[in-house]
Amino acid sequence: MALKGNLRDFTITQLLNLVNLAQKTGSLIIEGPSETATITFREGKLAYAQVNTEDGGLGAILHKSNVISTAQYGTLKARAASMNDKELGLLLINSGYVSQEDILASLQTHFVDIIQRLFSWVEGIFHFDNDILVPGDKIPVKLDLENIIIEGSRRLREWEQLKDELPNLELALKFTDRPGVNLKNINLSVEEWKVVSFINPKNTIGAIAKANKMSELDIRRIVYGLLQAGLVELIRPEGVEQTLPGIDKAMPGKNKEEQKNLVNRLIGRIRSL
Amino acid sequence: MQTVKMVVTGPFNSGKTEFIQTVSEIDVVSTERKVSSEAEKIKESTTVAMDFGRITVDDELVLYLFGTPGQKRFDFMWEILSEGMLGFIVMVDSTRPETFKEARAILETFRAYAPTPYVVAANKQDMEDAWEIDDMRIALRLDPDVKLLPAVAVDRESVKSVLLELLGTILTEL
Ligand SMILES: Nc1nc2c(ncn2[C@@H]2O[C@H](COP(=O)(O)OP(=O)(O)O)[C@@H](O)[C@H]2O)c(=O)[nH]1
Ligand SMILES: [Mg+2]
Repeated sequence: MALKGNLRDFTITQLLNLVNLAQKTGSLIIEGPSETATITFREGKLAYAQVNTEDGGLGAILHKSNVISTAQYGTLKARAASMNDKELGLLLINSGYVSQEDILASLQTHFVDIIQRLFSWVEGIFHFDNDILVPGDKIPVKLDLENIIIEGSRRLREWEQLKDELPNLELALKFTDRPGVNLKNINLSVEEWKVVSFINPKNTIGAIAKANKMSELDIRRIVYGLLQAGLVELIRPEGVEQTLPGIDKAMPGKNKEEQKNLVNRLIGRIRSL
Repeated sequence: MQTVKMVVTGPFNSGKTEFIQTVSEIDVVSTERKVSSEAEKIKESTTVAMDFGRITVDDELVLYLFGTPGQKRFDFMWEILSEGMLGFIVMVDSTRPETFKEARAILETFRAYAPTPYVVAANKQDMEDAWEIDDMRIALRLDPDVKLLPAVAVDRESVKSVLLELLGTILTEL
């Protein structure tokens, strides 16, 4: 039977379970609303993953996981552009830049990240292709799916909760002007500081995430924490046209006295109801 | 003839329609189809819903009450609400703590985009399992200066007092 369908009817969790139990080899291809992911398995274990909208090259992956610096990444792009991942990996190990463990760990994190992101897709057409294997020039990994499934389900719940708490990433943040709150006395993580340093009425939460290369889950988690702690509040971003006018606009062409008179008439009427 | 608007917002089933119906002189025209508990899960079908009530003040002034669960900024309702909104009421079902965070999110979105006065109504206070006001204030993370009012949307006096509190807040902010 052809393994294909829509994520609405068959979730990522169910798919990974199936691949795991049936010890499948091949690729799961999932077309989401804005990107397509290809997850490749060998005998029921994760071997490789790629998203069509992203640079899945080893250089980009090592850069993303901070194994190589931006300058090093730039040099690689200029000098080693024609090398494939296996060649590049060997070169980097031989020249002592990185260890084999670094490379494998970065790849694993990258592939798992891609799968974890899929857990938040509600819409997407998938099919399983037995013939698509790990591309010959790519470095495969070998990871059990059980942990990924458990972690994914846990993250999915958290994701759903955070989306309820913070549905709108188009809003900006500002520090609360609450007396007695001093950022210097609060222990923030590096990631939280990164977000805090971008807080400005001009930056939407989505833009802050982008600038810090953070996922929607990560940015929501951090902003939610800052909101909970009462350090920041949500505001309409500057520069975006104010959607709703203030009270004055509700009573156009009226001076303060006339406005008060109008509100008093409303009060009188409602009292008499 | 001048018209002004007040908006009643809040999560699904918090009592918005009931609240407006209780004081409106016309039957609340609800664009909301009767949603089954199954449909409740489908957010779209509830976010496009909008209730509409009216209170005639005198020959020259009419107050409209709009009920909307919306929290997305680009919902069509924002256009409808964009003129003449005096303030808004956030309805919260005091018996359903699982909706508090959504209420909070709606409140934050409205507050960010609508610089007008607002109050929060802790509705269904007549029910046995209603949360107490002080506990709700903490759960909803409301600042001490935000009015959180006990409410029973099926009771006219209670609805009147919520509206009067909002109008009082509007008056002090003028
Ligand atoms: N006991 C009680 N029931 C209420 C109250 N307010 C609303 N309800 C009921 O709660 C349900 C949802 O109210 P509705 O106005 O339709 O909610 P909406 O989705 O926010 O418009 C209805 O069955 C109402 O009759 C209240 O204050 N007390
Ligand atoms: Mg309703």
